Amino acid sequence: MLVLENKILSDKYFLLSIQPPIAMPAIAAGQFAQLEINDSKNTFLRRPISIHDVDYKNNIVKLLVQVVGEGTKKLSTIKAGETLNLVYPLGNTFSLPKHDKDNVLLVGGGCGIAPLLYLARTLSEKGIKVTTLVGGATQCDILEAAEYRKYGELLITTMDASVGEKGLVTQHSIFKAEKFNYSKIYTCGPEPMMKALATIAREKEIDCEVSLENMMACGVGACLCCVVDTIDGNKCTCIEGPVFDYKEIKGW
Amino acid sequence: MPNLSVKIKDLILKNPVMTASGTFGYGEEFADFFDISDLGGIIVKGTTGSKREGNAYPRMVETPSGMLNAVGLQNKGVDAFISDIYPRIKDIDTHIIVNVSGSTIDEYVMVASKLNELDAIPAIELNISCPNVKEGGMAFGTSCPSAIAVCEAVRKAYHKTLIVKLSPNVTNITEMALAVESAGADAVSLINTLLGMAVDAEKRKPVLSTITGGLSGPAIKPVALRMVWQVAKAVKIPVIGLGGIMTATDAIEFMLAGATAVQIGTANFIDPAVCAKIIKGMEDYLIRHKIDDVNELIGVI
Repeated sequence: MLVLENKILSDKYFLLSIQPPIAMPAIAAGQFAQLEINDSKNTFLRRPISIHDVDYKNNIVKLLVQVVGEGTKKLSTIKAGETLNLVYPLGNTFSLPKHDKDNVLLVGGGCGIAPLLYLARTLSEKGIKVTTLVGGATQCDILEAAEYRKYGELLITTMDASVGEKGLVTQHSIFKAEKFNYSKIYTCGPEPMMKALATIAREKEIDCEVSLENMMACGVGACLCCVVDTIDGNKCTCIEGPVFDYKEIKGW
Repeated sequence: MPNLSVKIKDLILKNPVMTASGTFGYGEEFADFFDISDLGGIIVKGTTGSKREGNAYPRMVETPSGMLNAVGLQNKGVDAFISDIYPRIKDIDTHIIVNVSGSTIDEYVMVASKLNELDAIPAIELNISCPNVKEGGMAFGTSCPSAIAVCEAVRKAYHKTLIVKLSPNVTNITEMALAVESAGADAVSLINTLLGMAVDAEKRKPVLSTITGGLSGPAIKPVALRMVWQVAKAVKIPVIGLGGIMTATDAIEFMLAGATAVQIGTANFIDPAVCAKIIKGMEDYLIRHKIDDVNELIGVI
């Protein structure tokens, strides 16, 4: 598939716009793609990457990627005009809130915000009021802010207070009891952050869906490598996830 | 068109390409990517007497030209296989072979006898080589007396084609192959994964929850080729070669070294349609070399 653009956001993040040669299949918010890393002699497996946004009109799929290791470092060097091999769309999807009038909160940690843009758009197109909260170490970790603002209010926390409130996402003033009026939380990011949000959801007795980032090999439910320990036993993050109701996960 | 068909005892494969247990689920997972009935055979996930959850996450890590896994035989057990999975896959137009594992000889025998009753399962692959379980598994496949004991017991209970999957984690793999041949195996498949380990230097901890795991992928191909060659020279029964096959050329190399058929494992993770490409590539190889029958390649080295 043709890479139309590789927008370098910083030395840590980049945004790929990819055009498949044929019309894209239906993609739902929360799904992911398995990317083959070209000419990378020390990496071997595909890399699972969240689908950030979908443009059916122009047949473009967007991936927001963080440089984590050798595979994503190599991927960050790809240029417009080169091609990438994707297996997509994979995995389950975020589910809609129970009621149309629901007021939902999307919480992303750093690059964990990636799958939440397409979710924000999907929800807002259905008339659901969306608020997005994103946290990072510093201003550079707050990605594509203007895009998220298209679909609702964007709240920000940074550890160094370079933008938004100071502290972790879970320390944002929005969680103070008198202000909090959300009926569902959707989250993706570091596990401790998602666990802390699950605890908040439990206290407030609201729904919470988390998108996990377990290491994967096949991506299609064959190798059973990416499992998460749930109340119904081990489940594959690739086909039974990546999105789980936090109540399903053991210990959350 | 050259002949691609090969024979494992009474089992006629339409071509030598099968999928390795644990890397291809039950076949259905790959049906979106190519016509899985084009395969010579599908060896489904290791099946045990009762349900197993496998090992804790993390149970996989990428390594240079390969990966380590420590899944630990997660499966729903033989009864759930027969009631839930078998009806869905029994009509796939290729040989469905079940990989059988257990913690005790009785468990192997129980699973094998239940599978013996299934019309659409013409063969089993006895897994005496899984490195990721505490009891049974590789313990049976690393000493000749225990390998003979489990094979003889299963042979009495199982009346169709019996393939035994060998572990490379032994000093002399030909001794193991000869042992299971004497105990009634109709074919051997090799190699299972090589026991390995990965360490996270930053965290100063092992990467896998089990510390050790099984290494697969192109990293192990030279070891696998050597063992296939040694075993094929020693035994009279067919040898099924596997270990790091990524391309048709790799598959041809295994056949030249003595394999009658091959299994594709880890490559399925990189390219879910790789088996179709390997079958086509083998046919192209035969045409290019003006060879009428793939059987002419077997063991020429």
